[in-house]
Amino acid sequence: MLIGEAAIRAGCRFYAGYPITPQNELTEYMSENMRKVKDGIFIQSESEIAAIHMVTGASAAGVRAMTSSSSPGISLKQDGISSLAACELPAVIVNMMRGGPGLGNIAPAQGDYFQATRGGGHGDYRTIVLAPASCQELADLTMDAFDLADEYRNPAIILADGMMGQMMEPTVFKKAKPRNYSESFMLRGAGKGKSKIIKGLVLPPLEMEEHNWKLARKYQVISDKETRHEAFNLDNAELVVVAYGTAARITKGAIKRLGESGLRVGLFRPITLWPFPVKALRELSHKVKNFLVFEMSTGQMLEDVRLALQGYANIDFHGRPGGVVPTPAEFAIAVEREFRDKDTYGRQF
Amino acid sequence: MLVKTIFSGFGGQGVMMIGYTFAHGAMNAGYHVTYLPSYGAEVRGGTANCTVSVADEEIASPVASEPEYVVAMNNPSVQTFQNRIASNGIMLINSSITDARPNRKDITVYEIPAGEIAEKIGNPRASNVVMIGALLKKIGMIPPETYLNSLETILGDKKKAVAETNRRAFAAGYDYLK
Repeated sequence: MLIGEAAIRAGCRFYAGYPITPQNELTEYMSENMRKVKDGIFIQSESEIAAIHMVTGASAAGVRAMTSSSSPGISLKQDGISSLAACELPAVIVNMMRGGPGLGNIAPAQGDYFQATRGGGHGDYRTIVLAPASCQELADLTMDAFDLADEYRNPAIILADGMMGQMMEPTVFKKAKPRNYSESFMLRGAGKGKSKIIKGLVLPPLEMEEHNWKLARKYQVISDKETRHEAFNLDNAELVVVAYGTAARITKGAIKRLGESGLRVGLFRPITLWPFPVKALRELSHKVKNFLVFEMSTGQMLEDVRLALQGYANIDFHGRPGGVVPTPAEFAIAVEREFRDKDTYGRQF
Repeated sequence: MLVKTIFSGFGGQGVMMIGYTFAHGAMNAGYHVTYLPSYGAEVRGGTANCTVSVADEEIASPVASEPEYVVAMNNPSVQTFQNRIASNGIMLINSSITDARPNRKDITVYEIPAGEIAEKIGNPRASNVVMIGALLKKIGMIPPETYLNSLETILGDKKKAVAETNRRAFAAGYDYLK
């Protein structure tokens, strides 16, 4: 609901989706509210694949467009997402992750990190991935996703989970920025002017190579400029938990408990999962030597943390995949165990 | 200050409704609040619960390890949450249809015959509102009028008679406990 309202306020005027738990609230909200705004279009498509390609069409015509789904549905959309990236078209894709692989279950999980941050579909591309950890951020980051998608003409993904999709918190909508997107990118009928073509099929290898490098240069700019993270309780921390989204909320609860027993634990929360906040995390390793990665998966962001820290710190992992959401107390026990063993040689790298 | 409450019962007893209205009331009373419903492939008559955290500072985690309050509308709720509730916590039980009682000695249990009370008022379906009345008496924090305003905002333009029944059910629950 929040994402839907934020999207409409951000000027999204095309939404296509196909139902799947746990994100149906968003599709339902769009079905009711898209028609209330001028030029707003809602389509319940015949499939996830149809929805993403409708978004591609809307985006090519210059409309702010969005689709949403949950893990298995997002897998189906990868063909379209790859296409959007190839054609340099902006779009926002929401993934409320659930347990996987396969159909898995409908409980909150974080198993789609690799899929989201490594491009997801085929070919040499990346998507901007934003990971909200509160209702306020669901709203704020949705608006930001549209702006980033436009600015870099690239698909942007909101990566949250079933828990973020179901919870409620008081939220204030920020004012949406006016859209800054050149009409020259839009296909709206050439009239008597020169015809424009948007295409993802580039047959001559040399031409394709040049296109790949052009995209790579764009991704480099995004990596340099757009990383975001939250630092929580890092002053004098002896152990830093790296977690995003729901796992980060649980971590904050655990940190408060641990603080009461005198354990100095901090949280580093990536808000952009791609680009991953490598520099900030690496700088942190000059001060702290013990890191614990916590994910509701078997360890995916763990790889990015290893790449960022490059062996300069101890890295351990705690995972709860499959749709399990541990309580802060349960996680606090895991952190406490970790805290006792910190600074010991030969821990998992 | 951080107070976590779990509302639990059969689907259809209105536990999500009182949890949501309670969260809304707390928001209007000026608190930080999170509302987290349980969800799954639920069916009517199955079990449902939600967690509401209320605090005067930012709420770290919407998942409650040890709730201070549990509103249990049926037997499975008592059985499930008796081990989760914090020491010195309070469990309010809808005793009209619940035989189970917690084995804990370190928590306080209040038995509220919510079904009978609601029936006396003329709407047996209002037992959930009786329970929230009793909860607010114990939890304080939210002025009854603030809560009732939230309840009426959320129920929207439903019949006046329903709003009146809810007010009476709330008052009966509120007055039932000292």
